[in-house]
Amino acid sequence: MMDTLLDVEDLWVRFPSRQGVFDAVRGVSFTLGRERLGIVGESGSGKSMTGRAILRLIRPPGIVEAKQIALNGDNLMEKSEKDMRAVRGQKISMVMQDPKFSLNPVMTIGAQIIEAYRQHNRTNHADAYAKAVEMLQAVSIRDADRVMRAYPHEMSGGMGQRVMIAMMLIPNPQILIADEPTSALDVSVQRQVLDIMDGLVKERGMGLIFISHDLNLVADFCDRVLIMYAGRIVEVCEASKLSQAKHPYTRGLLNALPRLDAPRDHLEVLQRDPAWSTAPSVSGRVA
Amino acid sequence: MALADNNGGAQGRAPLPKWLTGTVKTLGSIAVTMLGLVFITFIIGRVMPIDPVLAIVGERATKASYDAVYLQLGLDKPLIVQFFYYVRDVAQGNFGMSLLNARPVAEDIARVFPATLELASLGVIFGVVLGVPLGVVAAVRKGSWIDQVARVLALVGYSMPIFWLGLMGLLVFYGMLGWVGGPGRVGIFYEDVVPTVTGMLLVDSIIDGNWTVFKDAFSHIILPASLLGYYSLAYISRMTRSFMLEQLSAEYITTARVKGMSEWDVVWKHAFRNIRVQLITVIALSYAGLLEGSVLTEIIFSWPGIGSYITTALLAADMNAVLGGTVVVGLIFILLNIASDLLYKVFDPRAR
Repeated sequence: MMDTLLDVEDLWVRFPSRQGVFDAVRGVSFTLGRERLGIVGESGSGKSMTGRAILRLIRPPGIVEAKQIALNGDNLMEKSEKDMRAVRGQKISMVMQDPKFSLNPVMTIGAQIIEAYRQHNRTNHADAYAKAVEMLQAVSIRDADRVMRAYPHEMSGGMGQRVMIAMMLIPNPQILIADEPTSALDVSVQRQVLDIMDGLVKERGMGLIFISHDLNLVADFCDRVLIMYAGRIVEVCEASKLSQAKHPYTRGLLNALPRLDAPRDHLEVLQRDPAWSTAPSVSGRVA
Repeated sequence: MALADNNGGAQGRAPLPKWLTGTVKTLGSIAVTMLGLVFITFIIGRVMPIDPVLAIVGERATKASYDAVYLQLGLDKPLIVQFFYYVRDVAQGNFGMSLLNARPVAEDIARVFPATLELASLGVIFGVVLGVPLGVVAAVRKGSWIDQVARVLALVGYSMPIFWLGLMGLLVFYGMLGWVGGPGRVGIFYEDVVPTVTGMLLVDSIIDGNWTVFKDAFSHIILPASLLGYYSLAYISRMTRSFMLEQLSAEYITTARVKGMSEWDVVWKHAFRNIRVQLITVIALSYAGLLEGSVLTEIIFSWPGIGSYITTALLAADMNAVLGGTVVVGLIFILLNIASDLLYKVFDPRAR
């Protein structure tokens, strides 16, 4: 049995509005070991909210409720904001979609990486600098010294995302949440970025939560997949057995994908059943 | 063949350093803008239905004295020639004589402008020192009581006429409480006590080491300066708030939070750094607005600044003084614009 890093039980994310309370995530439960867990779903299915709720980054008026979000048995829901700051970055980190927006445009790459490192490590500037260069090299950036002095707008998308990965992994966290990390990238560099991320996560024995809307990518890349619909998990399966998924939503998504090896004249259109959004959430917990 | 030769020549020349071409370009644009400004003000001054000769000699002058002055002013020459004479004089810092007091306009401006500069600078310092933090806090604590207070403060600042606030301020703080000095730059006993160096009384009294005059001048400037400061605070704090709200919802702010940074660092090290360029524009604009001379404030507080100078000159048809004042105000606008352009490049790597 693999050891459990993260145990999320009955997670709700709510947004009160004038029309009543909107539930973005409805009673989601899952565990994460030293594995690659994919969360798939369409826009608005609550997958990104789940990722941010784990880091307690949902801003007011949003409300996060959960029986527990336990990191190594330590319930994050009970932590103060100050204690949470020690968790963010150092224990759990997150890579976001588009490096164009997720890097501060007026700070050099170097300053931003060093800042991430020194937030959790008391070292002098020279050590932090050396560490940052080492980390940039680990994400296959040649000429790291030049990149350290560069600004985000001087980077290509793929390079920016590698910088982002370096920045998020430099405090050596146990869990990385990757929220659509390759959606903003060219197809040609997606694979390269994924491989770099995968290599580092494996090498460090980390747990990875990979949030994506791309079924093929997740099936290829992850060990286990949660399929979310309308704030709930509708199906949990091994990534390798995704093609044998049973839930009509998952089947519908799979059937809506064009396939090179089995061309069809017409792609099926997903028929939604209102019952899916009221059925209870399937647990993704591994006991 | 000629083309090829030209190419060869261009390649053979060493490229000029970037700072040099940049400076030349900037100076060139100042010159062109200034020339345009002088041209427009000059034309407006000449087409106005005001007879500058009559303004000098008065209505009962004889034909002979009228003609003498007419020739002396060069009004017999074509307009374009007059313009070239005017530009030549302005380039040498000569704006002609004031018709009102028969003194060089340049001297008058050198006397009144420092008074406005002093008042406007103190006012904008108030506005920035209080307005920027207020705007930042209002954005960070959006919807809280402090945001509401900031909103009401700004609303009052936008909608309250300055002459009313000025008079009330004088009534309460000078008339009733006696906390501040009254109208004017300094008490009558202290006038011309310290030697004029910069023309700004606060600075001159510090240079002279005369603290009595400094205190008196300060007690006179504090009320009009805080009043002007309040108006720029209203504007600056509102703009700061909306700039900050925009940045705080940006994705790199989430990145900073994911790193485990404190809210203080997230706000000041990340979000605030990104609004500096926009803030500079806003501050430069409100500073320029104050430097034009706020006529109402200067009149209420009997402040001998450039605003009341130009107004008085305009009412007396003293066109040389009006043109001179306008050119100086225009020059200040241009210089402030260039200064803010330079600051953009310091604060935003994308503008380099």
